[in-house]
Amino acid sequence: MSDGSLLALNLAEARDGLARKVFSARELAAAYNDAIAGAKPLNAYITPTPERALEMADAADQRLTRGEALPLDGIPVAVKDLFCTKDILTTAGSHILDGFHPPYESTVTDKLWRAGAVMLGKTNLDEFAMGSSSTTSWYGPVENPWRRHPEPQMGDNRPLVPGGSSGGSAAAVAARAALAAIGTDTGGSIRQPASFCGIVGLKPTYGRCSRWGVVAFASSLDHPGPMGRTVLDVAIILGVMAGHDVKDSTSAPMPVPDFAAALSGDIRRLRIGIPKEYRVDGMPDEIEALWRQGVEWLQAAGAEPVEISLPMTKYALATYYIIAPAEASSNLARYDGVRFGLRVDGDSLDEMYVLTRAAGFGAEVRRRVLIGTYVLSAGYYDAYYLKAQRVRTLIARDFAKAFERVDCILTPTAPSAAFIIGENTDDPITMYLNDVFTVPANLAGLPAISVPAGLSGDGLPLGLQITGRAFDEETVLRVAQILENAASFRHLPSFIAGGGG
Amino acid sequence: MIKGRAGQWEAVIGLEVHAQVISKAKLFSGAATDFGAEPNIQVSPIDAAFPGMLPVINRHCVEQAVKTGLGLDAEINLHSVFERKNYFYPDLPAGYQISQYQQPVVGHGRISLDMPDGTVREIGITRLHLEQDAGKSLHDQHPSLTYVDLNRAGVALMEIVSEPDLRSAEEAGIYLRKLRSILRYLGTCDGNMEEGSLRCDCNVSVRRLGEPLGTRCEIKNVNSIRYVMQAIEYEARRQIEIIEEGGRVEQQTRLFDAARGITRPMRSKEEAHDYRYFPDPDLLPLVLDPDWVKRLRAELPELPDAKKARFVSEYGLSADDADVLVAEKEIALFFERVAQGRSAKVAANWIMGELFGTLNRLGIGIEQSPVSAQQLGALIDLIAEGTISGRLAKDVFAEMVASAADPAAIVEAKGLRQVTDSSAIEAAIDTVLAVQAEKVAEYRAGRDKLYGFFVGQIMRATQGKAEPTLVNLLLKKKLAG
Repeated sequence: MSDGSLLALNLAEARDGLARKVFSARELAAAYNDAIAGAKPLNAYITPTPERALEMADAADQRLTRGEALPLDGIPVAVKDLFCTKDILTTAGSHILDGFHPPYESTVTDKLWRAGAVMLGKTNLDEFAMGSSSTTSWYGPVENPWRRHPEPQMGDNRPLVPGGSSGGSAAAVAARAALAAIGTDTGGSIRQPASFCGIVGLKPTYGRCSRWGVVAFASSLDHPGPMGRTVLDVAIILGVMAGHDVKDSTSAPMPVPDFAAALSGDIRRLRIGIPKEYRVDGMPDEIEALWRQGVEWLQAAGAEPVEISLPMTKYALATYYIIAPAEASSNLARYDGVRFGLRVDGDSLDEMYVLTRAAGFGAEVRRRVLIGTYVLSAGYYDAYYLKAQRVRTLIARDFAKAFERVDCILTPTAPSAAFIIGENTDDPITMYLNDVFTVPANLAGLPAISVPAGLSGDGLPLGLQITGRAFDEETVLRVAQILENAASFRHLPSFIAGGGG
Repeated sequence: MIKGRAGQWEAVIGLEVHAQVISKAKLFSGAATDFGAEPNIQVSPIDAAFPGMLPVINRHCVEQAVKTGLGLDAEINLHSVFERKNYFYPDLPAGYQISQYQQPVVGHGRISLDMPDGTVREIGITRLHLEQDAGKSLHDQHPSLTYVDLNRAGVALMEIVSEPDLRSAEEAGIYLRKLRSILRYLGTCDGNMEEGSLRCDCNVSVRRLGEPLGTRCEIKNVNSIRYVMQAIEYEARRQIEIIEEGGRVEQQTRLFDAARGITRPMRSKEEAHDYRYFPDPDLLPLVLDPDWVKRLRAELPELPDAKKARFVSEYGLSADDADVLVAEKEIALFFERVAQGRSAKVAANWIMGELFGTLNRLGIGIEQSPVSAQQLGALIDLIAEGTISGRLAKDVFAEMVASAADPAAIVEAKGLRQVTDSSAIEAAIDTVLAVQAEKVAEYRAGRDKLYGFFVGQIMRATQGKAEPTLVNLLLKKKLAG
């Protein structure tokens, strides 16, 4: 098979091809190594690991030959550079982790490799996963493989952001520089880039996937999750990533269902909640229209739309931007120049701290550390952090009440399509608004998925989001696949590794 | 009460004791906790706060804290929360200490103190919470650099906070000794202050009798009972002096300078850290099963107060003797082994007299005693049976210390068996009286005092082995005759 046709396969197809020995894991890995090299202008990867990929592919081939195939044997996967990978540079997109080679492997990546997956490399991201554009990385911005107009002369065709913070993972999957990827989602960091890049991204239930070995941004909101070309692909990867981990006290001792088997295609009589509060000022009509289209698709498949109310939603973003920075300010205190990463020496201990952290952290990280420190300070704690925690409880209660009446909730993923690199950077609030639809599921810890459902007027992908009950990823995935089939999203970005085919 | 220049003052003292939990592993990681290991070898990536590392609570440490709470007659909180105490320091790798703040695992409790005047003082315990220790900064390894040893980072501590119920340095000393004794009985902290497994912060204020509480100062990290007493004594006098001179005590954190016996300022209230406590999102609330707590309560060992009461009622010891014997679990155990089937009073006297004297001289604890409980018991039996005299028994004891041999073997080897044969004693008396014929005459002439002299001579002639009652009986008869 040509590189181009190899790269065009989705995960399930590639798995079949490997099983039937149509091609080898080494051929597949080599094709992706070439694709990654060719996709360099996107800056999706910080550290490609081509040799490692070939080694792992060879090992997979041996197992495949012996008929001892593991669930993901030979499947090339990209890893957001927030997961610690043993002896491989792990940066979190930050200067402050210069030269950091973890002496351990994160639980989630360890599960992937033990399942036979092949590591393609570490993908770029917003620094410490703080952002919605993948432009704040020390290693430079990631470019979305999509452009507004395929022809440069047809108007404003400046490069776009892939969304963030898992923008490198999303861009790599969309540009066929990875078959699938893993990311993390603290306020939308899997789903919003999935929406911007026209791929599928799932944030599982909090506690479903271990956070052990994932560089922490906001511990109570960080969710590792899969990103892929199809709903089935992410269901397959989730099955490998998920599971209780005694090393993460917040990981849930829950059995891992067969997620792929949950994709029955039958959503008859399922009640789909349509929250009336998810209409924000300035949201383009086309997104509103796509949302209505989504309702119709699900209805056509036999589901029943139910209008619901999530009245606390309007406070979700404000709540998130108190809790997340508060936790981040504490989580990032360990980057002090003492034990690993960057150190800028000073004449005193305090000076070393100040110089190291000023040089090591970018503007957005500094902003959030300052906000977080402020909201936890004596005299402000009650007014900000404690109140935000109370609102968080109310938001979760909103969902719990809604789920008494409905089985899942349909909303847009993001209030806009991908924007131009450099836009929104002067105005953090506009940037933060990107997360308005995704943040509530993080605050409530609920599973939510983004599925590409259509194109904007200027030709950019738009996603729809399904949110479900805690630990009911099965319903979320099942409904998502109905949307996927109905939308039958076959559009390709302007930039495709291997040139399509 | 402290006498100032103008009137009587009272010190008001509360103590915060940091007690290292006896546990093989740290509070949130599996790294070892042995004292005195090479720097930085007992450190897991969790202790060093590497990116992505997460804490997992050590069940054994929780059990130790709950046991301690039960031993302090305290409420056990079935729901408690770990929080982060945020501050920057090189020996605090994460930039925060995981501690408990608003919801500690143990609530109100109490400790009874036996005061020297025989009264009992009850001191309130405010709370006990679990927290991680920090590492150690070594400032003396390099002229301009500080070295950091993280072996201690993450080791489990119990912070035990007393109510401000203590009123003098002496009471503080008694409190600490009692607390240490309880911890050792429970096996939850070895109380070894030299190794830093028990450290104390002292909150001290002063007031004129009957007046409201004064402004307090906190003296940080004092590491011996003697220093705690010195620091409190100094600090109370310092504060009284300030007030008597018309000044005001400033709320401060102070350090104790052991070399000079004084406290000096470390930081003022204005410079106090804002620790930005908040619940640690990496840890779920600590929820205890009430049945588990019940089981721990049922398995609690007998504690010093109960043991003392039992020693008084069961063995008929005086309260003072019982106090001494229960102070350490090992001493109490030793005593009970010796007293088993023997006179408890005699056993107590031997332990508190000869044995303690020996242990003090050798500078060792009862666990290293050269004389075992069984050996001491055997010695007491030899006296009771009349095999040796009480006086010779002390020599035998000294020999037991020196050679670690059994008392019976020493008695046999040295021929120390008591002479109870009246004809042999009579012969000895006859010899002495014959040699001392002149003194016999004087005695018979009325110099009664010479009686003791004759006894001494007879004992010397028999190498102390003559049975004293028989000697008296026979000597009196001979002298009269």
